[in-house]
Amino acid sequence: MAALFLRRIVQAALILLGVAAITFLMLYALPADPAVLLAGRNATPQTVANIRHQLGLDQPLAVQFWHYLVDLVQGDLGRSFNQKTAVAPLIAARLPATLTLMAAGIAIEVVIGLTLGVVAALRRDGFVDRAVMTMSFVGVSTPQFLVALLLLYVFAATLGWFPMSGYGTAAHLVLPAFTLGILGAGWYARVVRSAMIDVLGQDYVRTANAKGLSAPRVVLRHALPNALLPVIAMIGIDIGQFMGGTVVVEAVYGWPGIGQLAWQAIQQVDIPIIMGVTLVSALAIVLGNLFADLVAPLIDPRIRTA
Amino acid sequence: MAAGSFLRGLLRRPTAVAGLLVIAAVVVAALFAPLLAPYAPDDQMFDGLSLEGAPLPPSAQFLLGTDTLGRDLLSRLVFGARTSLLIGLVANGTAVMIGLFVGVMAGYLGGFAGAALMRFTDLMTAFPALLLAIVLAALLKPSLWIVALVIAMVNWVQVARIAYTETRSLVERDFILAERAMGAGPARILGLHILPHLVPTAIVWGTLGIATTVLLEATLSFLGIGVQPPEPSWGNIVFESQSYFESAPWLVFFPGAAILATALAFNLVGDALRDLLDPTQRGRG
Repeated sequence: MAALFLRRIVQAALILLGVAAITFLMLYALPADPAVLLAGRNATPQTVANIRHQLGLDQPLAVQFWHYLVDLVQGDLGRSFNQKTAVAPLIAARLPATLTLMAAGIAIEVVIGLTLGVVAALRRDGFVDRAVMTMSFVGVSTPQFLVALLLLYVFAATLGWFPMSGYGTAAHLVLPAFTLGILGAGWYARVVRSAMIDVLGQDYVRTANAKGLSAPRVVLRHALPNALLPVIAMIGIDIGQFMGGTVVVEAVYGWPGIGQLAWQAIQQVDIPIIMGVTLVSALAIVLGNLFADLVAPLIDPRIRTA
Repeated sequence: MAAGSFLRGLLRRPTAVAGLLVIAAVVVAALFAPLLAPYAPDDQMFDGLSLEGAPLPPSAQFLLGTDTLGRDLLSRLVFGARTSLLIGLVANGTAVMIGLFVGVMAGYLGGFAGAALMRFTDLMTAFPALLLAIVLAALLKPSLWIVALVIAMVNWVQVARIAYTETRSLVERDFILAERAMGAGPARILGLHILPHLVPTAIVWGTLGIATTVLLEATLSFLGIGVQPPEPSWGNIVFESQSYFESAPWLVFFPGAAILATALAFNLVGDALRDLLDPTQRGRG
């Protein structure tokens, strides 16, 4: 277990190094020159050169990357070009909003997905089953912005139940969280359904039924825990997806998370912030996979020995 | 599998048939856009706005209403089908080809080169795809082709992984060994024996990937960094009119429905193809 953990951490560190390198090269290979943008429209070439020197952009690429990595190891993500402050605190200040949204979105996915998935598996080919199989595809085929605007139109603009945008109260959280949650829920339901159908066909479930246990007890206590493994894997994936993938939801609802931060930074070509958010998102993807790998043996002891 | 039974299998699935019909409709709209559209897509009509200058709701004259500049929404949607399909085919075709190339090379070469290629692929899966697409699209000059390129760079990874696994298992098989023993070169083995086995994979992911591509293009255009107005795309129609969605919801929901229907159609057909072409997957998931 400890050796596995150590190997995973080394792998994660290598992946992050790779992501840092690729992002770095990509952003510096792009035609947009931050010094020119910062200097403004009427700047003289001298001003542009000064700014370039200030930011260290006149040094060789390898030197810049080395400085970047040394800072990174110390938890320093550099300084924002536009906001003149360190990037790490800027991102840290936005993290709670994104994490809240992520947690609420995943909770909705799991609750809806588990309920519908179990019902679909128990009533195979019934109405719920057919609906789940179709809706799971609708969920992955719907653009997030459409659901976001639809929910806004119905529940905020027309019914007035929830605020149009903003952050701070539970009411603000409902619509953005449901936008993330209902789109993913269908696929959770599909996965739970298929895992449940496998499990319900096993001998030990037949034994549990045969010895006269009540149906809810068989389903909830005996069958469901063994069908949870793929759900854990999906939660792990979503932890990574939602960290970098909430840009649209945060933009529509004015949710002040790191997606919005990245979106604003992209428009101002604020490269240190873009790199910071990309790294944090990559970290979330790595941690999400790590989470799935480490929780799986807790649920299924058979994996522990492997 | 014979072509006839394959087609029958496809037509026996109601969801696949529905998907095929939608795809056919989108293809027809894209091919015959100038004939089908009642107006020119960028014609800002004087009678396309109310007296107060607001967009008009759906009516007999403008079947789906007009947008904020007085242009006919139906005409813009029909021409937008061209954009979506073109990006879907180009971006996803490129992604499948890159994915096949990387996956087959890594699987065939094996050893250090193969491992290096696959570690690079792993690395790309740890990349936040949407963020990457947004960064690239925002910093490059946005155009239809850049959007296609960006999407291709994000979407090849999954194909590469599957192609790698399949190639690995093919390379070990006896018939490849026999070919090698008879002195066949890499070009013959790859072209005649490995690639044909990957055709089903390419077809399935070529279809499923178009759904992802249509959604990604719509998302980028919705954020204003995809296809640039006045060239109509389903995503940028929503982008242009989202601030009016309370008073003119049709400007958001008709293009949204077009995106949803198209992505869903490609997903349903792709899923049916996967069932038919890969018997090991049948009845699962």
